[in-house]
Amino acid sequence: MLKIKDLHASVDDKSILKGINLEVNAGEVHAIMGPNGSGKSTLATVIAGKEDYEIERGEIEFEGEDLHELAPEERAHKGIFLSFQYPVEIPGVSVTNFMKTAINETRKAKGLEEMPANEMLKLIREKSELLEIDRKFLSRSLNEGFSGGEKKRNEIFQMAMLEPKLAILDETDSGLDIDALRIVANGVNKLKSKDNAVIVITHYQRLLDYIVPDFVHVLYNGKIVKSGTKELAHELEEKGYDWIKEEVLQ
Amino acid sequence: MELKDKLISSFLAFENHVDVDSKIHDIRSEAIKTFEQEGFPTKKVEAWKYTSLNALLKTDFSVFPKQENALEFSEVKKYFLHDIDTYKIVFIDGKYSSYLSQTTHDGMDICLMSAALNKPKYRVIVENYFNKIAEKDSLSSLNTAFAKEGAYIHIPRNKMVEKPIQIIHFSTGNESALMLQPRNLIIVDENSHVQIIERHQSLTDNPVLTNSVTEIFTAKRGIVDYYKIQNDNENASLIDNTFINQKQESIASVHTFSFGGKLTRNNLNFYQNGERIDSTLKGITIIGNKQHVDHSTLVHHKQPNCESHQDYKGIFAESATGVFNGKVVVDKIAQKINAYQANNNILVDDKATINTKPQLEIFADDVKCSHGCTVGQLDDDALFYLKTRGIHEKEAKALLMYAFANNVLASVKIPELKQRINKLIANKLGVNIGFNL
Repeated sequence: MLKIKDLHASVDDKSILKGINLEVNAGEVHAIMGPNGSGKSTLATVIAGKEDYEIERGEIEFEGEDLHELAPEERAHKGIFLSFQYPVEIPGVSVTNFMKTAINETRKAKGLEEMPANEMLKLIREKSELLEIDRKFLSRSLNEGFSGGEKKRNEIFQMAMLEPKLAILDETDSGLDIDALRIVANGVNKLKSKDNAVIVITHYQRLLDYIVPDFVHVLYNGKIVKSGTKELAHELEEKGYDWIKEEVLQ
Repeated sequence: MELKDKLISSFLAFENHVDVDSKIHDIRSEAIKTFEQEGFPTKKVEAWKYTSLNALLKTDFSVFPKQENALEFSEVKKYFLHDIDTYKIVFIDGKYSSYLSQTTHDGMDICLMSAALNKPKYRVIVENYFNKIAEKDSLSSLNTAFAKEGAYIHIPRNKMVEKPIQIIHFSTGNESALMLQPRNLIIVDENSHVQIIERHQSLTDNPVLTNSVTEIFTAKRGIVDYYKIQNDNENASLIDNTFINQKQESIASVHTFSFGGKLTRNNLNFYQNGERIDSTLKGITIIGNKQHVDHSTLVHHKQPNCESHQDYKGIFAESATGVFNGKVVVDKIAQKINAYQANNNILVDDKATINTKPQLEIFADDVKCSHGCTVGQLDDDALFYLKTRGIHEKEAKALLMYAFANNVLASVKIPELKQRINKLIANKLGVNIGFNL
């Protein structure tokens, strides 16, 4: 589904990704871990298409198509979703209206009619139940005055509504208490299928108890320096990142 | 002939049509002298540093239209707030249209300035209020000199006016260029409440220049909500001079929505003559091309324990220019006041300009005055967020601009008007986002 080869990316002449190789197939869950500043969030935003980053070298392919020239919204239309670490507040636009806009813009791009109102309502009801979201919440302005947990839950609600093929969850666990974490993880697990894939970016192994990865990668200094299975995440939790850094140095 | 000379010589002709023996006419005669001495303001005047009338004054405006035009409601329905019942005071090329209007004398007067000026029963009240708070600057004086028609609204005490009042001025292009000078007088007595919507609309591309004066008197505990919709076409210019006198515990708000017009100058002046007064001045400006919108506000705190809130948002595209000059004066005795002022702007294109200037003159020592102005661009991170949800660039920008201006809309108290403004904003931003913003 996603193939990244020798990807180098920089911002303001500062190189951040220094040769990433990653392959994600349908049905898989990948976790990307690593210390602060290793390039995890950059990798997420580069896949989603942020224009600030310059791709110096390498390839990103999604379902056989080169992503290089595609705008973020075009990538979204193809089924790439990024759950933000810091979602943006949009005063005056309710969660419901925002989702209507997002879904209909995607449908428009695919040459489809707008989703009929009753269908939309049904979808909203179904997905908000999945994430245990109160109806009142849906009429609030998007992210405005939301707690950290509400913002993250709302991100996963958007993911549920948009049904992406590839979902990238950037530090979705930060700022969540244990109950919220369980609800969010439960939502992600229910949305998982053999046709879609998830990349979980996280600092801590905590979230991976709930969303169990097939593969774990360690990103350090712009490169994936170690890959393994879920046991690697436990090892990192116990021993920290220093031993990885030392391994790299050797 | 220059417009100034033309106006002065027109005054003689004007005198043939009004009662020259009235006290009001003494005021007119005084006013034309002021205008004759001062002329139109130039950029040398501090208050007009960023707004030039020069280009506009080259147009050969007619001062009195030669022929009268009629309009069918269906032709102009879209300019009305028509989904709710309202009083309407409608003018076509400066002349009252009884056909399009709905006025009343039932327990209150919602009618015409010409009636108030001519009928003996209004004489005392008109003499008490007319031109009492309008500044004696050249443009207000020019309007005073030719004051003859406009809206006259008098709400007696303890009256809640159930329906909003719409004051609408249409110009039909019956002259190749037309100058209009409407004059409104609004008196709200103790404990009364009124909502007013004002709009100027040119129906052709022929140039129009409107120099309007509105005087509003709010008595003790009176409430006035005033909404100005400025969405005129690109050959229409407006100089709006509005003066609001507030007595104790009154609440007055003016919302100005500036989405169109060639040149728009809003001189909005609040005078607080009492304690525990609340004044609100808010505006959203969204313009492009070579449009120009200037908000020059004054809040004069003359008594203690009052509040004023100013919040102006501007979005300027292409070569549009904006001006915000917000003056707050706090007299020495006006202790414990709270004056808040904010002016936030987004420049969408490199050629767009905003000149923003807070001007605080504070003579009291125990007051809270805050002001802030910002000029920026749309936030790239926010734009990226919306795009990753599949929203196209144009629509994403529109959503962000809408969000930026939103808190000004939040205080609009007539839901149908809010809905209408939302549609105007969506139109102005060129988007159709599947729901009414």
